[in-house]
Amino acid sequence: MRETKNKTFADKIWDSLASVKLAIIIFAVIALTSIVGTVLEQRAEPARNILILSKLFGESAAPVLYNIFDKLGFMNMYRSWWFTALLVIFSANLIICSLDRLPRIWKQIREPLNPMSEDQIRKFFITRENVLKGKPDDVRDFVKGALKTARFNYAETKEEQGYQFYAQKGGYSRLGVYLTHFSILVILIGAIIGIRFGFSGYLNLPEGAMSNVAISSADRETPLGFYVRCDNFDVEFYGKSDMPKEFRSWLTIIKDGREIVKKSIVVNDPLTYAGITFYQSSYGLVPGGLDRGIFIFNLVSRDGKGSTLNLRLGDTFHLPESDISGKIVDFSPALKFDEHGHTVTYANQMNNPAALIEFSESGIRKFSGWILKRHPETWQLPGGGRVEFIDYWGVEYTGLQVRRDPGVWIVYFGCIAMSAGLFIALFMSHRKIWVKLIENKNNTKVIIGATANKNRAAFERKIDRIVSMLSKKQAGGK
Amino acid sequence: MDSSFFFGLSTMAYIGAMMIYITYVFFKKEQVGVVATTVTIFGFIAHTLAIIIRWKEFADLSGMGFIRSAPLTNLYESLTFFVWCLILGYLVIEFRFRNRSFGAFITPIAGLALAFIDLTGVSKEIQPLVPALKSNWLLAHVTMSFIAYAAFALSFSTGLMYLIMETEKKNEPAYIFWTLTFGIFAVLFVTMGIDFLTFQVKVRPEIFIHSYLFRTSFLNPAVVVKILSWALAGTTLFLAWRYGHILRTLLVKFSITPDMLDEITYKSIAVGFPIFTLGGLVFGAIWANKAWGVYWSWDPKETWSLITWFIYAFYLHGRMVRGWKGKKVAIVAVIGFTAVIFTYLGVNLLLSGLHAYGSR
Repeated sequence: MRETKNKTFADKIWDSLASVKLAIIIFAVIALTSIVGTVLEQRAEPARNILILSKLFGESAAPVLYNIFDKLGFMNMYRSWWFTALLVIFSANLIICSLDRLPRIWKQIREPLNPMSEDQIRKFFITRENVLKGKPDDVRDFVKGALKTARFNYAETKEEQGYQFYAQKGGYSRLGVYLTHFSILVILIGAIIGIRFGFSGYLNLPEGAMSNVAISSADRETPLGFYVRCDNFDVEFYGKSDMPKEFRSWLTIIKDGREIVKKSIVVNDPLTYAGITFYQSSYGLVPGGLDRGIFIFNLVSRDGKGSTLNLRLGDTFHLPESDISGKIVDFSPALKFDEHGHTVTYANQMNNPAALIEFSESGIRKFSGWILKRHPETWQLPGGGRVEFIDYWGVEYTGLQVRRDPGVWIVYFGCIAMSAGLFIALFMSHRKIWVKLIENKNNTKVIIGATANKNRAAFERKIDRIVSMLSKKQAGGK
Repeated sequence: MDSSFFFGLSTMAYIGAMMIYITYVFFKKEQVGVVATTVTIFGFIAHTLAIIIRWKEFADLSGMGFIRSAPLTNLYESLTFFVWCLILGYLVIEFRFRNRSFGAFITPIAGLALAFIDLTGVSKEIQPLVPALKSNWLLAHVTMSFIAYAAFALSFSTGLMYLIMETEKKNEPAYIFWTLTFGIFAVLFVTMGIDFLTFQVKVRPEIFIHSYLFRTSFLNPAVVVKILSWALAGTTLFLAWRYGHILRTLLVKFSITPDMLDEITYKSIAVGFPIFTLGGLVFGAIWANKAWGVYWSWDPKETWSLITWFIYAFYLHGRMVRGWKGKKVAIVAVIGFTAVIFTYLGVNLLLSGLHAYGSR
């Protein structure tokens, strides 16, 4: 500790920035202010937050409160100047407290142990005393063995009445705290790099379309440096329900006219090319394009031969080996039958695509019916053979999240280092032990003193094991 | 036999154990304590079997393989896993410290969590997974988070016990803090219990909170009942404050020392904090980055877990400040766990009622 008097102003600032007190104050302030940002929706339309405030404080107070919170930056608080300032103070505290303490800690780590007097050893937090048969010269090897088993790399000195052994280990564990502190800074640096040099945007890509730009959050187009094409998009549902099980986009990366990468992506399994990652995030129908898609049917004749057809709404096709032709007359992206048996479109997504086909023989209408993509039983034709509904292609878009974050590996590295640092700081300790052997009427008095900077109870149990090992060894040896 | 049979068995065992532990605290008969421990172990074994069977049921149903089928995907499954970790942690403490009286403070948390499941009608069905949850990170992230939550729950109990033992004067802040915390928890559980028993509706918890919660008491349409409820709640808090010291005299009779409680509080947090950091925050961030392309987006769940993290960081650093060791940090440990509860339940149940959050 430094002297309290004769302190310059700079010293005082340094001390307060290095203090644990500042750390806990800043923890409390960050935690408390963060709560507001979880209640008020961040970067949302004003109306939403006025609604939230009126739910909490009544309608009359809401607009006034909204203005106050808005002025204070709470509507986008994690990017506000004062929250950034809190993070800067937090970082300054981390750096300065570490710089302030590291030289002292380093000294504690590097400091060699010295032999101690009997009185000094008795003053340690953990002390044990034991009498073993035989002179110190006979007992010496047992002690060495026990210390070795306990993985202590000991030093030895010959003393007047016997020997002294002393050892320390785990000194570097004192650095665990600082590893944690610095890795938090590494995480923050990684985050800043990501914000500064990264890119975050989205891209709604219709089936069959390609794009060489992504839309950034400020609605600006940002060039990718290559083309990405959506070859196909498909949603799989759980059983007959409308709960999506998986949605998948088949993407192709095209550069200089050549197809370079092909990959299908799902949530949790993105595609990365040239540092840019495409994440499957949403999907939808291309506005106004619902009737311009392509029906992909697989026509299976009575004898089992199949042929693929690409058709549009209104197109006609012929069933093989017959005079029957089919015409696609209607389409629904999500068809169901209501209680009167009428057809209803129940969703504006492609939850259950269906096509109404009118069959005629030699120009005379014969029968008509809906075939549904998710219901193979509707594919069967009355006269044998079937029309398999493979896909209605070209009307859906895949919603891609597009990101480039050069800082992410720095953040990950910081995260792992932080976890390792915490483990070291909380579970490992700097342990020191002194064992003094004193000759006492042809017997040997063994005095053990030990200390640890934390988890002393665990170290004490270990010392007890060493003690019992000594007694056992002698019992076995004699 | 299916998993629900064993879950039922373990619930009954834990609630039974809770009552036996409380009996043990009052009458201090050794045999009663042995029965309490036996019942708890029995419940724990049944619970373990239940989780394994459910895991297998889920794997068979989903066909996604063993790792991705961990039964940790909804409120029901995560709450039961939390209870499992808590009981395991408790048993470790009971055997290490050879003291059973903690049981009276920890089994009620387990009992209340399980009662919460049954009373609120949280769906026990195996539910199909939304695409975002289909990831190998699920197992690591969720198990580690709940192991940490259970460790924090232990520190909450021992921190509260520490405050009970160490406060003597009725006007000292620490005494007022713990009696009020105690009182508020009691009021909340009783009023919520009355709501559930009165309305008897089985709806999603979010909907219950929005349209039924406190409608029998604080939000009752009848003004008289409303005022009466507030008055009763106030009286409960007053009584908790007035007679809180009785708990202290009860605890003092046992061979629990404040030092022991302080040590368990610290150790639980020392175990929970790194696990929470790695499993909760770091793995959560990596998974979010894999699924959505952002490792941190300040959404309410993330922010609340960061708030929780800061509170426990406050605890660990607070112990180093002179004059903070003891009561002040015990208060922080108690507050920390209320933040855990909010991170886990409050964000999904309360904040989602305020805005459209919860689709994740």
